[in-house]
Amino acid sequence: MPQENDQQNYPQKKEKHEARRDFLKQSSAMMALALTPPLVMKAAQHDEAIAGIFEKMPLSLEINGKKVQLSVEPRVTLLDLLREQLQLTGTKKGCDHGQCGACTVHVNGQRINSCLTLAVMQEGKKITTIEGIANGDQLHPVQEAFIKHDGFQCGYCTPGQIMSAVACIREGHAGSPTEIREFMSGNICRCGAYDNIVNAIMDVKQGGTAV
Amino acid sequence: MKKQQTGQSMDRVDGRLKVTGGAKYFADHHLPDMLYAALVCSPITSGTISSINATKALKAPGVQDVVSHLNAPPVPGYKNAEAGAKDGLKIFKDNRIYSNGQPVAVVVANTLERAVYAASLVEVQYNQETHHTDMNASMNKAFQNNRMKDYLRGEADAWKKAPVTVDATYTIPLEVHNPMELGGIIAHWDTPDTLVLYAKTQGVKNVQDTMKKLFQLPEQNITVHSEFVGGGFGMALRVWPMEVATILAAKKIRKPVKLMLTREQMFTLVGYRPNATQQLSLGATADGKLTGITHEAVAITSPYEDFTEGIVAMSKFMYACTNVNTRYQLVPLNMSTPVWMRGPGEATGAFALESAIDELADKLHMDPLQLRVLNHADTDPERNLPFSSKYLKEAYLLGAEKIGWANRNAVPRSLQENGMLVGYGMSSGTFGAYRGKATVSATLKSDGSLVLQSAASDIGPGTATAMVQIAADVTGIQASKIKFMLGESRYPFAPQQGGSSTVSTVGSAVTDACQALLQKLASLGISGPDFKGAEQEVTVTATSQAGKERDQYSMYSFSVHFTKVHVHPATGVVRIQHIVSVADAGTIVNTKTARSQMIGGVVGGIGMALTEEAILDHRFGRFVNNNYADYHVPVNADTPPTDVYFINKKDPYINPMGAKGMGEIALIGFAAAVSNAVYNATGKRVRDLPITPDKVLDNKGNQPWKVENKMTT
Repeated sequence: MPQENDQQNYPQKKEKHEARRDFLKQSSAMMALALTPPLVMKAAQHDEAIAGIFEKMPLSLEINGKKVQLSVEPRVTLLDLLREQLQLTGTKKGCDHGQCGACTVHVNGQRINSCLTLAVMQEGKKITTIEGIANGDQLHPVQEAFIKHDGFQCGYCTPGQIMSAVACIREGHAGSPTEIREFMSGNICRCGAYDNIVNAIMDVKQGGTAV
Repeated sequence: MKKQQTGQSMDRVDGRLKVTGGAKYFADHHLPDMLYAALVCSPITSGTISSINATKALKAPGVQDVVSHLNAPPVPGYKNAEAGAKDGLKIFKDNRIYSNGQPVAVVVANTLERAVYAASLVEVQYNQETHHTDMNASMNKAFQNNRMKDYLRGEADAWKKAPVTVDATYTIPLEVHNPMELGGIIAHWDTPDTLVLYAKTQGVKNVQDTMKKLFQLPEQNITVHSEFVGGGFGMALRVWPMEVATILAAKKIRKPVKLMLTREQMFTLVGYRPNATQQLSLGATADGKLTGITHEAVAITSPYEDFTEGIVAMSKFMYACTNVNTRYQLVPLNMSTPVWMRGPGEATGAFALESAIDELADKLHMDPLQLRVLNHADTDPERNLPFSSKYLKEAYLLGAEKIGWANRNAVPRSLQENGMLVGYGMSSGTFGAYRGKATVSATLKSDGSLVLQSAASDIGPGTATAMVQIAADVTGIQASKIKFMLGESRYPFAPQQGGSSTVSTVGSAVTDACQALLQKLASLGISGPDFKGAEQEVTVTATSQAGKERDQYSMYSFSVHFTKVHVHPATGVVRIQHIVSVADAGTIVNTKTARSQMIGGVVGGIGMALTEEAILDHRFGRFVNNNYADYHVPVNADTPPTDVYFINKKDPYINPMGAKGMGEIALIGFAAAVSNAVYNATGKRVRDLPITPDKVLDNKGNQPWKVENKMTT
């Protein structure tokens, strides 16, 4: 509930049940194909290996303040792009289904589950990950509070919890422990550090520091 | 005088890495030329593979290979198996399918997406056979192995002769550990006979040892890295077949291969808490003295391994009772093998025993707290030995005071609050306080800093932090100048992180290593507090293990859980309002991380009590709620504020620190504290976990209680 994906900017699907071969024909990234001999095009429709060569799309993102130009397969999720191609492994995979919150990042300042969005859907957006919220060596106040209040045990859900916590405060949903518990319930912590997470967020909120 | 470090609330030494995303878990490692694996898993639950057609998959872009029993490299360790021996699933050895979801093939490609897609192209044909996944329908197959002999003290079934009796059946469903971090492994054969692994494990030495046996390699040829582990709760206490499958694929392809499971696969490939049914019978005199306890349990296991745990253990020693008999049996089903899940069998058993005690108190018209104190075992009745330390009575009284036990009314449905039925419940938990054998190396650097190394693991409790505190106290060196390194197989031996024993075991070795280092430094003329003057590093190594005290004393940790619940009178929804948990776990090394461990166990207990249940469709032998949306682990809003208290009194015998374990007792018994509170609130006794609204009502959706007073809203 507290985590919403940015629906408006999703590319509209033209047809249901688009097959992979159809995609090849339609993709706007297939500019290069215009220059490709028709025989190769035809072969690509039947041979996965040849098809694979043409299936990448250009993508520009701003990640933690840095602009990046990428070429990615359209089926790559934002989470897998961050982790496997950009080696920003602070963002974690816990379910790949938007059920656990471990992959929470900010897109244009809003918290989203990065496993539930394809990277190509975020064209031109500003992505902030756990690696991008400290100011150099100076930890973000929420990071400091998580250490002080021991808002974790194994630490695996922690990047997602912290990204969610920052957004929770910015959204104005950190008014009371009860409200925090509700608006942090998209982030599972199997070690059960919830009490400490709530205390950490309350501490930052009451401290009045801008997050 | 320097402030003592143990007992302080020191921040975690690895906290900064964990809050910045800098902590590297197994799947965060990237090796040059690394490939990605995706599993093809069996949709059938029993039978054989008749054919595998990988043609399409092999033609898909980026695919390197499809590895299965048809082409996997041989595993020399498989040959030692005796015919018919139940010694585990030998993945890719033959075409036999024992359970649903069993890996059939590993598809390896140069990107994750390509591996996953290609896995969908592998065509597998099966010969399906009849499967059995329903324990109740297979009770005729119940058996015992020689690890689970019947226990008898005094007279069997003495409860039957008692004037006041309880005789009830308690059931728990199959639960899944579901740590946040998905299972998997990165495997790389550096050379044809040197293996490097990045593993999710609770014991790097255990993984190394398993590989040594499977591939018949010398220990030094196997390197296991596992510095950070994203939770385990027991599921990472062994090497699983899917890890071996990945290692075989890496061996065949000769490149590093990474496998990360899906959440669905976490239900079928990395163990679970077995569902169990228990008959718990108690007999007591009219004034509440227990005269007989009979505890019989049946739990499930796989066709190829007998998994046993301590389901009936607690009933043998928790209460002073002359006559006790227990029986424990297994039913083999077409399921993967279970594995210890936090609190393990003791948590299953404690639900039955501590619920039955509450039922007995109700029959006796006695306060359940008073009944427990009356039957308190001052010495261990099972081993006939004194306890090394036991402050359970103090814990009972402290917890009762903090929850406001005096507000409880023994008559169900007599309390209401904000339109809710109010109930109070309590229970106790216990788990063996162990100490294994471990080795620690201690190196004093020339700048006066101290580096400790041991092949321990940390799945979250804060092992390195506690070890630094222990070392600081022994050496007098500032905690900030001490580093404890773990999670590497090349470090000196430490056992797995399991059974609540790491602080006891490794902390003892840290103590011994630090003391040996001080002696060595003294002989070199180097002394504290800053230990400067050494021209080069000074290293000592010490091995530590329990002495004869273990034969002279019975060593256990104890916990007491109190809950206050609200039950919605119309819907039967249970909400826990307040929790007080008290631990008698000896000396507390770090109050901050110890409290985290306790509240974490409680959250696990809330799941066990109210929400967690992996449901199988027995027609197919398949899980139907194998994801985080349908298998409900507690979320933040499911958990109330939890108050944790420590007796914090040193155990004089267990180890130099006097610290007993805490990981298990944090959860053990908790579910009974909830079911007892639900009974107190409603008069409905739920003996079948989890306590879902349908069970609190009467299974037909009716409230079994009459709401006599007008609700205040």
